Amino acid sequence: MRKTILVVWLLLGLAATAGAQSSGTVLLNAAGATFPYPIYSKWFDVYHQQHPNIQINYQSIGSGGGIRQLLAGTVDFGASDGPMSDEQLGQAKFKILHFPTVLGAVVPTYNVAGVASELNFTQKALAGIFLGTITKWNDQEIASANKGISLPGSDIVVVHRSDGSGTSYIWTDFLSKASDDWKTKVGKGTSVNWPVGLGGKGNEGVSGLVKQTPNSIGYIELIYAVQNSISYGMVQNPAGKFVKADLAGVTAAADKASKEIPDDFRVSITNAPGPASYPIASFTWLLIPAQIPDAAKRDAITGFLKWMLNDGQNYNEGLSYSRLPKPVIAKELNAISQIQ
Amino acid sequence: MSTTATTIEHAPPNRDRGGARALIQRLRHGDEVAHLVTLTFAAGILLLTSMLVYELWVNSHLSRAKFGWLFFWTRTWDPIFDNFGASPFIYGTLITSIVSLVIAVPLGIAAAIFLAELAPRKISDSISFLIDLLAAVPSVIYGLLGIFIVVPLMRTTIGPLLINTLGHLPYIGKLFKPPNYGVGFFTAGIVLAIMVVPFIISVSREVLLTVPRDQREAALALGATRWESTWQVVIPWARTGILGSIFLALARALGETMAVTMVIGNDPKITASLLAPGYTIAAVIANEFTEATGDLYLSALIELGLVLFLMTFILNGLARILIVATERGGGHSS
Repeated sequence: MRKTILVVWLLLGLAATAGAQSSGTVLLNAAGATFPYPIYSKWFDVYHQQHPNIQINYQSIGSGGGIRQLLAGTVDFGASDGPMSDEQLGQAKFKILHFPTVLGAVVPTYNVAGVASELNFTQKALAGIFLGTITKWNDQEIASANKGISLPGSDIVVVHRSDGSGTSYIWTDFLSKASDDWKTKVGKGTSVNWPVGLGGKGNEGVSGLVKQTPNSIGYIELIYAVQNSISYGMVQNPAGKFVKADLAGVTAAADKASKEIPDDFRVSITNAPGPASYPIASFTWLLIPAQIPDAAKRDAITGFLKWMLNDGQNYNEGLSYSRLPKPVIAKELNAISQIQ
Repeated sequence: MSTTATTIEHAPPNRDRGGARALIQRLRHGDEVAHLVTLTFAAGILLLTSMLVYELWVNSHLSRAKFGWLFFWTRTWDPIFDNFGASPFIYGTLITSIVSLVIAVPLGIAAAIFLAELAPRKISDSISFLIDLLAAVPSVIYGLLGIFIVVPLMRTTIGPLLINTLGHLPYIGKLFKPPNYGVGFFTAGIVLAIMVVPFIISVSREVLLTVPRDQREAALALGATRWESTWQVVIPWARTGILGSIFLALARALGETMAVTMVIGNDPKITASLLAPGYTIAAVIANEFTEATGDLYLSALIELGLVLFLMTFILNGLARILIVATERGGGHSS
């Protein structure tokens, strides 16, 4: 039965620690976020081919699991879709550094009877729909942004992620900025107490439910929408423009936000300024201990980080991830020296 | 194993306990070895179960300390504001299991009776093979079946039909009210029923086949029809085994995760309507465990695991009591 899941976790923890090293090769164990897993496994594979003595073993067990494993010291570094909270950093026995790796974005997808064109969503409209205060498709807040499209008067069916995920984190982070009500009543996180709606497991679960259920709306990762040719709506950014998400728009958002990025890189870039910025985007981070006593491991990690920030970024578009903006890369390259 | 085979063939082992040679000889005969090996494995089960409970108990202490018994009662599940209550999940787990049994038990037992009593042996054997095959299908496959066939069918046909017919009845009507999204308790119950029915059929059929031929012949000799002999003699004789199959099915329904989470709607609410979306304990653990970051959050999820364990434990206990009771009651009728 599924209670054995706990036992499996225990074994996983053991397996992660049991990574015995043979002489000469450096084996690094890492665990965490699932969202960047495709690009991470590509990077680790290519890097291993270029440096046969360095092998990075990455388990995509989820951001929460990654943070826990890192705090427990069972992995060499972690990965997370949301930055660690001050409370979590306080629990750590060592200092932990955040390194942004790629950018992701989340888009609204919908299925409205008789509407084939792309819909515009104001921030108020999205917050209202997900709070359950806007319940009909022909609500004034939606209709006024979509002049010329006849919207039905039917009830809106909201679909959200049922599993904890970085996608939900980005989405709720955006909604928290879009609406004070959301911020105080629901908040942001990988799982929240959704006021309304059905839960679908994974991007495929949400898009499947939206496709099947008439008059529904959900949110999915941009990558997933692009790879599966799912149409999605435009979202109004703080500059007042309705922006359709694409890889460049996400990088633009990060670029605009980069001036205000703090030294620890724990920053939210939803609702970034600038007319071209797509408002629902986020970094995903590698979590790396500031002190690595094992010199071979330290060199391997810093070497990988440098490669990832330069050559590694060229693999991003191929896998539908947005690349990091140049100022962020420069800042990260500086931060690598903090690893000792 | 060959060790057991040799003990049967050989003379009883030498009981002389004088020295290493005798010990080796005793070991060679296999009795002692077999005893030790089987004992170790049996003890292993006990150890595994107690370790599981221990782990769940220890790791859920934060949540137990904070919420106490209220955990079973409150309805909020809010990871952001660290407020956790298990009642919607307990409710969902029970309701989906009950719905699945209500559908699967009559279906399964009727099919088992046909296969064991009425069908020609050839047909019975080949169908039984297919049923055993069904029992081995991974649950995610049933989940896909649910998403692509049962959910659309519920939304467009079965749901509206139930709302328009049973929905108008007093009392029962409350169970079939809109909204009907296609996903919900009832859909999860149907998918679970499809999953557990092979267990009921397979085990019940085996049990029915073990009923001695004399019993049937005696009933027929007294002038009973074939159906009367089946209903009044064979079924009471096999009652314990059939109940056993039902509880096996219930255990699977309670713990099922993947197929349920794909079709239940994953909304932690307590709603009277069976057509409404809900959530189960196993589903929420599978969904949220990987990304659970807060200590209290994690602890609450583990306590949910403990609650599920407790529910299975209680239901299994009830099953035992029921079986003992019917064994006594069934004694004179067979």
